[in-house]
Amino acid sequence: MPIFACTIVVFGLVKRVPVFDSFLKGAKDGFKILYSIAPTIMGLVFAVDLLRASGAIDQLSAFVAPAAEKIGFPAEILPMALLRPVSGSGSTALLTSIYQDYGPDSFAGRVVSVLAGSSETTFYAIAMYFGCIKVKKIRHTLVAAIAADMTALVASVIIVRIFFGY
Amino acid sequence: MLNYIWSFIVVISIICSVLLGNTENLSNALINSGASSIELILTMAGIMCLWSGIMNIAIDSGFTSLMAKIFSPILRRLFPKLDRNGEAFQSITMNVSANLLGLGNTATPFGLKAMEQLHTLNNKSDEASNEMVIFVVINTASLQLLPTTLASLRQAYGSSAPFEIIVPVWISSACALFVALIIACTLNLRKR
Repeated sequence: MPIFACTIVVFGLVKRVPVFDSFLKGAKDGFKILYSIAPTIMGLVFAVDLLRASGAIDQLSAFVAPAAEKIGFPAEILPMALLRPVSGSGSTALLTSIYQDYGPDSFAGRVVSVLAGSSETTFYAIAMYFGCIKVKKIRHTLVAAIAADMTALVASVIIVRIFFGY
Repeated sequence: MLNYIWSFIVVISIICSVLLGNTENLSNALINSGASSIELILTMAGIMCLWSGIMNIAIDSGFTSLMAKIFSPILRRLFPKLDRNGEAFQSITMNVSANLLGLGNTATPFGLKAMEQLHTLNNKSDEASNEMVIFVVINTASLQLLPTTLASLRQAYGSSAPFEIIVPVWISSACALFVALIIACTLNLRKR
């Protein structure tokens, strides 16, 4: 990561870009994005905190745990897997709640990390891209996109198992 | 959609806590969640602003366009019918390379432009073309090379190696993209 950052700065210098001005402009945009997503994050962290405190997640996990254990799937990540295709901020809220409860270096913590990194807010992307040109017959886009999400889910469990030797 | 999900979560939690008899936990969560969300936002703020800044240098210096050039031969195979120098293909390569660099907000305008140009090439039909399907599917799979926000969150919650998940993330993304593209391309064959 530091090497990458350094490469970009040097590349900018070589191309005679006013690097610091450019950096400031980008950082300002970063703040703007954060400003616009902050209320969403707040609302969803609130909802997820309630869900955790109410014991609903534990109940759900306990309910699917026997089946999940058989196939080696950590039941704790189920809420995150369900919310991931719909909401980016919502899944961030669930991601951090798992980090808090189990730690980022636990099995569940690693699996959600990989899942978060390898899947997208599918429904949002499809709605945005087809919505902007008002195309309603999207044919098999949804099938392929959902297949990608399912693959990411299965792959993240398997790969974490192999990679970290669980 | 989020309206329903959000209210569903809130209502379910209240019902659940009453049934399970831990309403006290719930009121604690109600009070604490404000503080914990601000903490989360601050954690994300640092890394997001820093990387937005660095990535803006990447855009201004033409690093992103260079990436686009590198990836165009691969993308060409996915969109064989598009003119290589046409606007639609150019927008697609810029969108994909911005996504690879984790520049979601730069990628989106290029993506929207690409969709509009594909729409024109498709004679403004109300049905998606094969190219549109493939392009949107690529965008629904995550392609980020350096998941910076993810790593910073891991670090904030005490990970001893925040970046250890990078290679697994790459492999998992590649699997997801591969499966999605196979399905999209196979189903594309049904028509035209």
